Amino acid sequence: MNNSTLAKDIKTIEFDALIIGGGGSGMRTSLELAKSGLKTAVVSKVFPTRSHTVSAQGGITCAIGSADPDDDWRWHMYDTVKGADFIGDQDAIEYLCSEGPKAVFELEHMGLPFSRFENGRIYQRPFGGQSKDYGKGGQAARTCAAADRTGHALLHTLYQNNIKEGTNFLNEWFAVDIVKNSKNEVTGVIAFSIEYGELAYLKSQATVMATGGAGRIYASTTNALINTGDGLAMALRAGFPAQDMEMWQFHPTGIYGAGSLVTEGCRGEGGYLVNKDGERFMERYAPNVKDLAGRDVVARSMVLEILEGRGCGENKDHIFLKLDHLGADVLNAKLPGICELSKTFAHVDPIYEPIPVVPTCHYMMGGTPTNIHGQAFNRVNNIDSVVPGLFAAGEAACVSVHGANRLGGNSLLDLVVFGRATGMHIQQELKSGGGVESATKDDIEASLQRLNHLNESTSGYETAPVKKELQECMQNYFGVFRRGEFMEKGLKELDEIRDKVNNLHLKDKSNAFNTSRVEAIELQNLFEVAEATAIAAYSRNESRGAHARDDFPERDDDNWLCHSLYDPISKTISKRDVNFSPSQVEAFPPVVRTY
Amino acid sequence: MSSNTLEVSMYRYNPEQDKFPYMKKYSIEKPARDIMVLDLLHLLKEGDDSISYRRSCREGVCGSDGMNINGKNGLACITPISSVIKKDKIELRPLPGLPVIRDLVVDMTQFYAQYEKIKPFLQNDTTAPEQERLQSPEDRAKLDGLYECILCACCSTSCPSFWWNPDKFVGPAALLQAYRFLADTRDLETQNRLEELSDPFSVYRCHGIMNCVSACPKSLNPNKAIGEIKSMLLSNKKQVIASDGVR
Repeated sequence: MNNSTLAKDIKTIEFDALIIGGGGSGMRTSLELAKSGLKTAVVSKVFPTRSHTVSAQGGITCAIGSADPDDDWRWHMYDTVKGADFIGDQDAIEYLCSEGPKAVFELEHMGLPFSRFENGRIYQRPFGGQSKDYGKGGQAARTCAAADRTGHALLHTLYQNNIKEGTNFLNEWFAVDIVKNSKNEVTGVIAFSIEYGELAYLKSQATVMATGGAGRIYASTTNALINTGDGLAMALRAGFPAQDMEMWQFHPTGIYGAGSLVTEGCRGEGGYLVNKDGERFMERYAPNVKDLAGRDVVARSMVLEILEGRGCGENKDHIFLKLDHLGADVLNAKLPGICELSKTFAHVDPIYEPIPVVPTCHYMMGGTPTNIHGQAFNRVNNIDSVVPGLFAAGEAACVSVHGANRLGGNSLLDLVVFGRATGMHIQQELKSGGGVESATKDDIEASLQRLNHLNESTSGYETAPVKKELQECMQNYFGVFRRGEFMEKGLKELDEIRDKVNNLHLKDKSNAFNTSRVEAIELQNLFEVAEATAIAAYSRNESRGAHARDDFPERDDDNWLCHSLYDPISKTISKRDVNFSPSQVEAFPPVVRTY
Repeated sequence: MSSNTLEVSMYRYNPEQDKFPYMKKYSIEKPARDIMVLDLLHLLKEGDDSISYRRSCREGVCGSDGMNINGKNGLACITPISSVIKKDKIELRPLPGLPVIRDLVVDMTQFYAQYEKIKPFLQNDTTAPEQERLQSPEDRAKLDGLYECILCACCSTSCPSFWWNPDKFVGPAALLQAYRFLADTRDLETQNRLEELSDPFSVYRCHGIMNCVSACPKSLNPNKAIGEIKSMLLSNKKQVIASDGVR
């Protein structure tokens, strides 16, 4: 690419369907489409098996009736609705839980090496927030696992099956911005090959954002370095809304100092958290299920222990996860990856010593709002209106099945259920004549602007320090506990950071594997997501799920039993109704959420 | 040079600017605590943003940042600098044997082509049951030490046979996966898989020097898997001869 590229200078590559992102949701979508004969391509900024799905550990939650033959998807639905603190859409949660078993069995048929019970069925372990009989029958064991490497096994299995079906991959291609036509339909993206710097307009009838989360907006996160919210940011820049952006999950057990995830499966297998006195403090906060309460509840309890001076270590700033009582055999068989990570990053062997952990940013419940077919929508005169050509799936999307707090093991299920649904819908739509009109040269040029601006830069700010500033700001003002006056400070800081983000200096203009260019664009993407998060967090004047306000400590169903919808043009929040109309069961009404 | 300084010698090559690759020296203050080689690279990149390398998960599960660190292949993100420093020096080079795109980034096309060649997907054309296919814990245990491969290429690029015949010798990484599917009780294409590996190059260029084993950052053992494949090929051949004899 040149410093200033015009639309006429770049080639157009045309597809029927384009999937941005080669993680679990992207490759489940592409698998569905590859089988259909549509010309499909996956655009991934890393080789697909490097995607962040690979880091998922504990498993995929689904009522397949293996650990308990009487298990029922409706119980899973109840748990998910409650876990979401009642702002998950019940039609979507119903679809997730009822279609789940099909999607999980398909994975097994594709070859996913699930761990097994003696009877040969898929191994399932207990996870937080799981119950039998609508919360009345005690702890359930519903999370299907491949040891503690379920994400790795799932991602590789999906990649392998995409090879089998002959999917096209544009690996190490980076999508920069959405291209829209004059009717506000999405017609594809501007993207470049990281390897050679070749720039192209990837034109498509259907563009799926499957770009995952953006945990890197925080200084401390379990997320991979690549989790920069590219798809969501592209949608925001194109003027499309984001939903429930204040809802960020802090995972109770990130390794202290390093941020690497330690699966909830550790507590599912019998591990528990202790403070400096060796007290199993979760007995005080969640007397019934203790360490297996919802993640938001456990993370907040840990922070309170630390704030009240009962943290572990020299600075009393972390908590211990105790596993040694489980014995070497269980740990080696069920949690081998954790033993490895713990030795590498915490310098402790969990067979003998507890792991130092701290709540760490883990998952973005919000995202581009979609229906259960993966179709993104916009709000026009307070009515949901589908954006032709634009789809989203997985963590990048907000369908919304996780509401204000996601249950462990539900993200992998989300990826495969809605990746599959999106693929099926696109097939149906395109085969019945659906599609979008072409974009003009001017439309394409508009989408080249940001990249040109960066490529033309001769002075400005360096990427790395601005990124640190952004991450510190989000960590300090928009973390586990939030307060209005602090968030106002944070919003002011963000104003200053925006100016820097818009004026980055790209010193290295070379084309071959220029990671500085990629990182500069990623920082701009992070900023879009961070700003949406900050404005949404400041607007929601209540505490619900992962969103905990010191100044509004109670849940306020009268005013906030709703989604927040962020409009990137006016930078304001509006409210959107939560769906309480599942089709096969009665809706679960909001009740006080205790564990 | 004071002992507070760490000297990093890095392979640099940008095809648009450099006629030949060269080693560039960086001096950096020794970090106060032990850090990973990847953290060291981040620090260096903050000072010289033209440095290029791949990275993603930063915890040893995605396989992006395989490189040659003081002469040994490994993952930068899980290699503490304390374990590799020699006389306050660290030398960083791209994985050996593959074409270099830029700096520490290699072209892995050949490596992935070998992976695809072994048909790395479960093959079973029988009608799938409504639920999962059953597999005993003992049969599932046969996949341990095989399915965990992260395709980082540390093993294949430490193997002289792969350097010599990257197009014909499948290499340790892909052979480990070949065995992963041969060992899976759910896969029914054992016979075809073996036939496709029976030529003189695909498997038999392995001479068991075990470089792959010492390079694997996940402590897997491709050498053992290759041994298993060779045994299967041998007994398969005997069976073919035996059945020919009957005819």
